[in-house]
Amino acid sequence: MSTRLARGGRLIDRTAPVEFTFNGKRFRGYQGDTLAAGLLANDQVLVGRSFKYHRPRGIVASGPEEPNALVNLGSGARLEPNQRTTTTELFDGLECTSQNHWPSLEFDVGVVNNYAARFMPAGFYYKTFIHPRPAWKHLFEPFIRRAAGLGKAPTTGDADRYEQAYAFCDVLVIGAGVAGLKAAQAAADKGHRVILLEQQPTLGGRAPVDQAQVDGQPVEAWLSAMESDLAARDNVTIRTRTCGFGVYDHGYVLADERVADHTPGDGRPKHRLWRIRAGRIVSATGAIERPLSFAGNDIPGVMLASAVRDYVVNYAVSPGDRTVIVTNNDSAYQTALTLKAAGLDVPAILDAREAADGALPQAARAAGIRVLTGKAIARVKGTRRVTGVAICAQAGEGAVQEEIACEAVAMSGGWSPVVHLWSHCGGKLLWDETLSAFIPDPARPPLNHDGSAMVECVGAAAGDLDLTGQPVAIPPVWVMPQGAPIQLRSKMWLDYQNDVKVSDVELASREGYVSVEHTKRYTTLGMATDQGKLSNINGLAVLAETLGQEIPQVGTTTFRPPYTPVTIGALAGEARGEIFQPLRKTPMHAAHEKAGAYFEPVGLWRRPYCFPRPGETHEQAVHREVLNTRQNLGLLDASTLGKIIVKGPDAGRFLDMLYTGVMSTLPVGKCRYGLMCNEQGFLIDDGVVARIDEETWLCHTTSGGADRIHAWMEDWLQCEWWDWQVYTANVTEQYAQVAVVGPNARKLLQVLGGMEVSKEALPFMQWADGTLAGFPVRVYRISFSGELSYEIAVPASHGAAFWAACNEAGKALGAMPYGTEALHIMRAEKGFIMIGDETDGTVIPQDLGLDWAISKKKADYLGKRGQERTFLASPDRWKLVGFETLDGSVIPDGAYIIAEGVNANGQRNTQGRVTSTYYSPTLKRGIAMGLLKHGPARMGEVVEFNTAAGGTVKARVRDTVFYDKDGEKQNV
Amino acid sequence: MSEPVSALNGASFQGFATIREIGPLGMITLRAKGLKSLDKAIKAVTGTKVPAQRRIEIKGEHACGWMSPDEYLLLLPYAEVGAALTKIAKALAGEHHLAVDVSDARAVFRIEGDRADQVLRKLMPVDFDRLEPGELRRSRAAQVAAAIWKQDQGFTLVCFRSVAAYVMGLLTHSAQPGSEL
Repeated sequence: MSTRLARGGRLIDRTAPVEFTFNGKRFRGYQGDTLAAGLLANDQVLVGRSFKYHRPRGIVASGPEEPNALVNLGSGARLEPNQRTTTTELFDGLECTSQNHWPSLEFDVGVVNNYAARFMPAGFYYKTFIHPRPAWKHLFEPFIRRAAGLGKAPTTGDADRYEQAYAFCDVLVIGAGVAGLKAAQAAADKGHRVILLEQQPTLGGRAPVDQAQVDGQPVEAWLSAMESDLAARDNVTIRTRTCGFGVYDHGYVLADERVADHTPGDGRPKHRLWRIRAGRIVSATGAIERPLSFAGNDIPGVMLASAVRDYVVNYAVSPGDRTVIVTNNDSAYQTALTLKAAGLDVPAILDAREAADGALPQAARAAGIRVLTGKAIARVKGTRRVTGVAICAQAGEGAVQEEIACEAVAMSGGWSPVVHLWSHCGGKLLWDETLSAFIPDPARPPLNHDGSAMVECVGAAAGDLDLTGQPVAIPPVWVMPQGAPIQLRSKMWLDYQNDVKVSDVELASREGYVSVEHTKRYTTLGMATDQGKLSNINGLAVLAETLGQEIPQVGTTTFRPPYTPVTIGALAGEARGEIFQPLRKTPMHAAHEKAGAYFEPVGLWRRPYCFPRPGETHEQAVHREVLNTRQNLGLLDASTLGKIIVKGPDAGRFLDMLYTGVMSTLPVGKCRYGLMCNEQGFLIDDGVVARIDEETWLCHTTSGGADRIHAWMEDWLQCEWWDWQVYTANVTEQYAQVAVVGPNARKLLQVLGGMEVSKEALPFMQWADGTLAGFPVRVYRISFSGELSYEIAVPASHGAAFWAACNEAGKALGAMPYGTEALHIMRAEKGFIMIGDETDGTVIPQDLGLDWAISKKKADYLGKRGQERTFLASPDRWKLVGFETLDGSVIPDGAYIIAEGVNANGQRNTQGRVTSTYYSPTLKRGIAMGLLKHGPARMGEVVEFNTAAGGTVKARVRDTVFYDKDGEKQNV
Repeated sequence: MSEPVSALNGASFQGFATIREIGPLGMITLRAKGLKSLDKAIKAVTGTKVPAQRRIEIKGEHACGWMSPDEYLLLLPYAEVGAALTKIAKALAGEHHLAVDVSDARAVFRIEGDRADQVLRKLMPVDFDRLEPGELRRSRAAQVAAAIWKQDQGFTLVCFRSVAAYVMGLLTHSAQPGSEL
């Protein structure tokens, strides 16, 4: 039985009991407990089932390296799967359930896999489920996933909030054990700005459990003096419960602060992701104890020796009355002494070494503990918990010499320095023969921008396992006993979470997986949520032995961030719900919402797609909006349209280079439509340019193109034509813009009053400044619909009021707002192109019949040379024409025009495609534009478009202008 | 004619710091470089000298910030913008420059209180410990561009008008009581 001891427990507060449940069972613990400590204190030794064979599993470790004891924590909107009980702080009301079993933890039918384990070795899935191919996707994989799987994914949104924060420092120390604390103090002494991160709630690391003294002082006294010293310094920031989990280029470190994991629902952010820029990083991340590979080393009750010490000293939890120690080094003797001091029994210490005469082994013998050298565990007895061990000679093949009854086994296979943070950015490792461990190679650190070492490891992370500086020797013991036959090897677990055994790695090696990276993927060694913190070194040592290579030759797998799992909530930070992404809103946005607009995304803007009335479908609304605009008056919020001021003595010359047409000759007060191409000649944007004064032009861009085109202008001005005297300013958001469109457009402006807008005073393609209803406005007489149309710019601060004024005054004139879909239909009826519909990055203006907008006189413009290349100048290009279906139907979006024969892939040949296709409420039929090979020469010809449903739609080729070909409507 | 209305009509939030949308504020983008009369033009509008790199010169309700080697941001009362543009045109007549009214293209927030910096530390990759008085920092707030400077026991933040609601959402989220750093 594991139980709570009557005395002790340095981290628990016995005056603050808490209640929690595990699989519905009510347990008691104390504030300061981890969930794992609380479970053990209540004799809950069995905590889960393994991933593949569903074997019973117990708590092995006491920190983030724990492979087994993962639970579903919380419920409903606070359910979190795969939570590590060894790092979860206990709180009152905590609920958790065990994972990976069905129907219950105690009785799991999946355990049948365990008995069939012989038939499910490494690579079993790959070998068995490969044929027939479709069965993998539809049958095998879904089934295996259901049977395997760890925790349950939550089905509701997360009730908690998360945030991120930025921090900067000269020296970032990660890990607040003795080495980290000293490093922080030393850096602070030099006047550096220091941040010290510690993943646990308390400082000190392993020292309070493992050490009697530090620097000649009792450890607790040393620690409290150090804590108050650091706390008193202005240049030191200490963050506990904060795990530095990833090191990136240029001293960038991410850390996860568990702000309110232990106080759920108190309104604080659950986690906070720290984004730290550090001048230098000190990794004081300690070392992790390694398991030993003996048969049955996964049976609940087998624990790391250091973890056993932690539970006794920190939480006053006994793993059982009788604990057998098995080790290859001196550190585990400390566990024996700790247990003994707590009044518990240690029937034997089994030491794989032939001799053990260090200070700790001597102390153990002096305490009357039976020490057996040259011995190993042949196998652990018990199924759901340890009942005893069978002892054999380490040098032999496992012949049992003696059996000892016990409730727990404390094992130590040596220590692996935590070199993860060192390695994330390319720090290299050395194999240390004395420690049998990889340690950081100080000669090959990860580098900073200036070639200096970005990370320095100190303390156990650097391989200095003894605080006093005494040399530590740990002989390699990778399999126990060394000559164990296959029956034993197939019960020696390397990776507890993914169920990888010594025999699996050996099989992989026999099957030709000689690279450690391949072996990892074939066996899944180290691929579980613990990322092989316990298993990697043992696994690659077994691989090396099988391959007959040295361990450093085999090497390690790559260490990648994060060091421990980080909840997605922390990575998302504040970016959820309303602030998931910036939504750009025009000054009239609130009015549109009030009017019941249905919005669509246009870049990051939200624009009204249509304004449906009660009982109307979106399609009906769009048709009403089109007809009303054509017959009466439509109002469009065109504020998103890009507006860029270009000014300077060289502005005309600059715009002549940017646009395919000539802008320098545009008279002041007039407007001209222009096209912009990239250097390759492809059309990238279009819009109307207005000449404001002698030196100033205003360039309208597409809504999505404003920022891109402004950057494009600055790119050319700053990098290529830096000596041209031109300044630009993006004033897109300075103005709200309202398009007043339809036969009654002029009447509305006259009702608003304030300026002359007659045909004579303000002809088509001109602009004028003035006032309307008292608003300061600039009126552009331009049309994207074919109707009489004015686009009116007002300062954004007046936008909402002006929009309201137009709607109010327009009531008597039949005014209705219209959305982007009506805009699209009306422009298509007029044969106007839309960037992004008629263009896709492979289309040049000539393809669209826009030769009239390309100056023949200019020596150069961006794209001119590109357009002269043979492929773009070819007469065989697909060119823009209009289409009218023979049956009046609407051609499906994206349809291709089929041609005779098939291509090399057996696909039907094509000769064109549709680019814009709509039902025209004006013409009461489907209309379309599209690109067709030799299109303009094929007027009247009937072509066939394919459809997704099969079959084709016949359409007659025609010109692109479906409505008011002579432009009489817009020119009244 | 209506009164000018700021993007959020003066919205505010009281968390562990106070968030207020202010404005409308007069703003002029002035682009010019190496002009003889530049200091005269700026002095005429804001009463300040030409700011050095990454600095803002503040004088009462007027200020001039350095935005780039050839761009300045002039801050002034909204009603003064028209007259200011005339003054600049006069002072820089014949010299290559661009001055445009951007008052309505921006939203302006004040973040105030003892812990005002903590609200911004959560959103901006800026080393606030090293932010000097009179320093204008162009950076970002989460996913959008933003500029800030310290002023009168708090910070002034400027962003684009269209994302004002997003920025208000960010500031509100970051200033939630209990989430102090």
